[in-house]
Amino acid sequence: MAFLEFFVRFLPDLLSGMGMTLLLTAEGVLAGFILGLAATLARTYAGRFWRNLAIAYIELFRGTPLLVQVFLLYYGLPGLGITLSREWSAFLALGLNSGAYQAEYLRGSILAIGEGQMLAARAIGMSKWKAVFYIILPQALRLAIPAWANEPVSLLKATSVVFLIAVPELMTRAKLIASRTYDPISSYLAVAILYLVLVYLVDFVLKWLERRTRLPGLSAVGEH
Amino acid sequence: MGRANSLPIFAIGWQRMLSQFFSYILQGTSVTIAVTLIALPFGLILGLLLALLYNYGGFWVSRLAAIYSLVMRGVPPIALLFILYFLLSGRLINLSPFWAGSISLGIISSAYQMEILRGALQAVGEGQMIAARAIGMSRLQAIRYIIIPQAIRLAIPPWSNEASIVLKDSSLVYAIGVPEILRRAQQLSATTQQPFLAFGAAALIYFLLVFLVNRGLDLLAEKTKLPTSMA
Amino acid sequence: MTETPYILQAKNLTKIYGDNVIFKDICLDVHKGETIVIIGPSGTGKSTLLRCLNLLTPVNNGQIFLEGQEITAPSVDADQVRQKIGMVFQNFLLFNHLTALGNVMVGLTKVKKMSPDQARRKALHELERVGLADRANHYPAQLSGGQQQRVAIARALAMDPLIMLFDEPTSALDPELIGEVLGVMEQLAREHMTMLVVTHEMGFAREVADRIIFMEKGRIVEQGSPEDLFEHPQHPRTREFLGKISELYGKKEKK
Repeated sequence: MAFLEFFVRFLPDLLSGMGMTLLLTAEGVLAGFILGLAATLARTYAGRFWRNLAIAYIELFRGTPLLVQVFLLYYGLPGLGITLSREWSAFLALGLNSGAYQAEYLRGSILAIGEGQMLAARAIGMSKWKAVFYIILPQALRLAIPAWANEPVSLLKATSVVFLIAVPELMTRAKLIASRTYDPISSYLAVAILYLVLVYLVDFVLKWLERRTRLPGLSAVGEH
Repeated sequence: MGRANSLPIFAIGWQRMLSQFFSYILQGTSVTIAVTLIALPFGLILGLLLALLYNYGGFWVSRLAAIYSLVMRGVPPIALLFILYFLLSGRLINLSPFWAGSISLGIISSAYQMEILRGALQAVGEGQMIAARAIGMSRLQAIRYIIIPQAIRLAIPPWSNEASIVLKDSSLVYAIGVPEILRRAQQLSATTQQPFLAFGAAALIYFLLVFLVNRGLDLLAEKTKLPTSMA
Repeated sequence: MTETPYILQAKNLTKIYGDNVIFKDICLDVHKGETIVIIGPSGTGKSTLLRCLNLLTPVNNGQIFLEGQEITAPSVDADQVRQKIGMVFQNFLLFNHLTALGNVMVGLTKVKKMSPDQARRKALHELERVGLADRANHYPAQLSGGQQQRVAIARALAMDPLIMLFDEPTSALDPELIGEVLGVMEQLAREHMTMLVVTHEMGFAREVADRIIFMEKGRIVEQGSPEDLFEHPQHPRTREFLGKISELYGKKEKK
């Protein structure tokens, strides 16, 4: 079958882009987690200035398309004298974008943990921030896992848009193959299959992790 | 030429920019809105059909629907967009990038909308179907008059989330040359040499559109809510 | 069409679910205007039996006749049959997106294809019959449990059924709301509606039933008039069951 031949022939070529895709995903998840956690803590517990800053960040990055954010960083910033490489623009955009979404997941679980826990912690003399780190977060993070598990998969798919600024990941390789073979449908079909496999691998691993870290009695927040 | 040269670039730039802003980016806005307004209903009808097939079809039919959903949600939208675009603008069917892109986005969205709607259909509960059959309604009548009206109300919050996602994803048709906001912003950036302002403006417009969509749908949810208090 | 005094007849009904025999070889005859109450321990197939009678659940074996015609025959349109058999559920199952009036009307407009005006008039009449005409424009969530159940009864009555089936109609109600529902049912019995009621309300059974059937483990253990069953129960299990119930609710005064 023609497509099968095509697929086998170009698989190695495609796979050379997979490393970057996975790197972007991992980096996005990590940076997004740090940013998201910071933003949500600022939003829930910090003073007015930081709270408003956090809200502005979250609303801006959730309210605009990722592609626009990428372009703003890569093409727009030079207008202000700041020039970022393709890879850095991609890293930043993905991280900032993911952070805004992760902030919302985390906020949901922190709210679900409830005021009662904070009250009890303060009652034994803990400061607010100690309570946050030793009582609230350990519970909130576990609670957030099922809903949060959507994020790495989401990111994996989202990394595909950075091919429009020519970052050498999977989609870029697919485009190159398409222009060499004049067979766009087969090329993009092939990369679609690769993404599908990756997505379900990541999903599988996350579900396994979720099972391992489940706390008895603490059920998942209503997701999504 | 004397004084003209010493004027800051901004002074001349502003006038130019404003007129170009209005012609370029607002044109782009109408294209973006058009793309979204085609993709969303398309995705809704297809998604509703699939959700009904999944919940009420036979074993094989619901399996097929499930596989459709898994595949369409497991592949990045832009890859799907390209595949569908090349299929829809090829030799068999020849659509313009605008139509090919909009319909493709609709097809992609249908998988996500299917998940939302099937969840809502299930949330309505089996009891409603039983009660409807008990007064002599056929399965079809029960679905049409009893199940769907309740499912729609349950579906509005997650659906409004999907609506804003489709609006944001419409930016992807940039890649197939459709003159929506982002492409217009790029042209604007080229002519005015003010990339930050151009792309910043694009971001702002998207932000406004998303905000309006969310508010509008929140209002809809409020209006169609069933009264729950004891009168 | 055979002339028959029976509204409903069930012959050798058997229902098996997986490895469980829910009930086997049940025979039942319901006369026109009769009120039959089925009592017995929970989980003995009483509810399933009702759902089989209006064809919501298929039987594995046996036949059911409505006014002499077999409704378990393969060529029969079950939806049509269900218009003639009214059913009231334990958890009311009102349509949440419709007002009380809407709930009663929907069967008339969509199934019986009445005009909206006709349907509205009939629906209001039925709501009056159950005492809820003034709540016509309320949604189920705005009604108490007893009110919801009465609307459910009105909804079933609106279809002008030949027989009404009640599946533990008061089991999900707060104690003080039970009375209003039983009152409606009593009224229906007085109007000679043919009724088949599964319930734990012994007072109702004693006062209103023409015949009581005691069912256990999927079999009819004993049946007879209320006097027969309550005062001279034949079967030891009947005696045991009724004895325990009487202790719980306090014996009623003997006539």
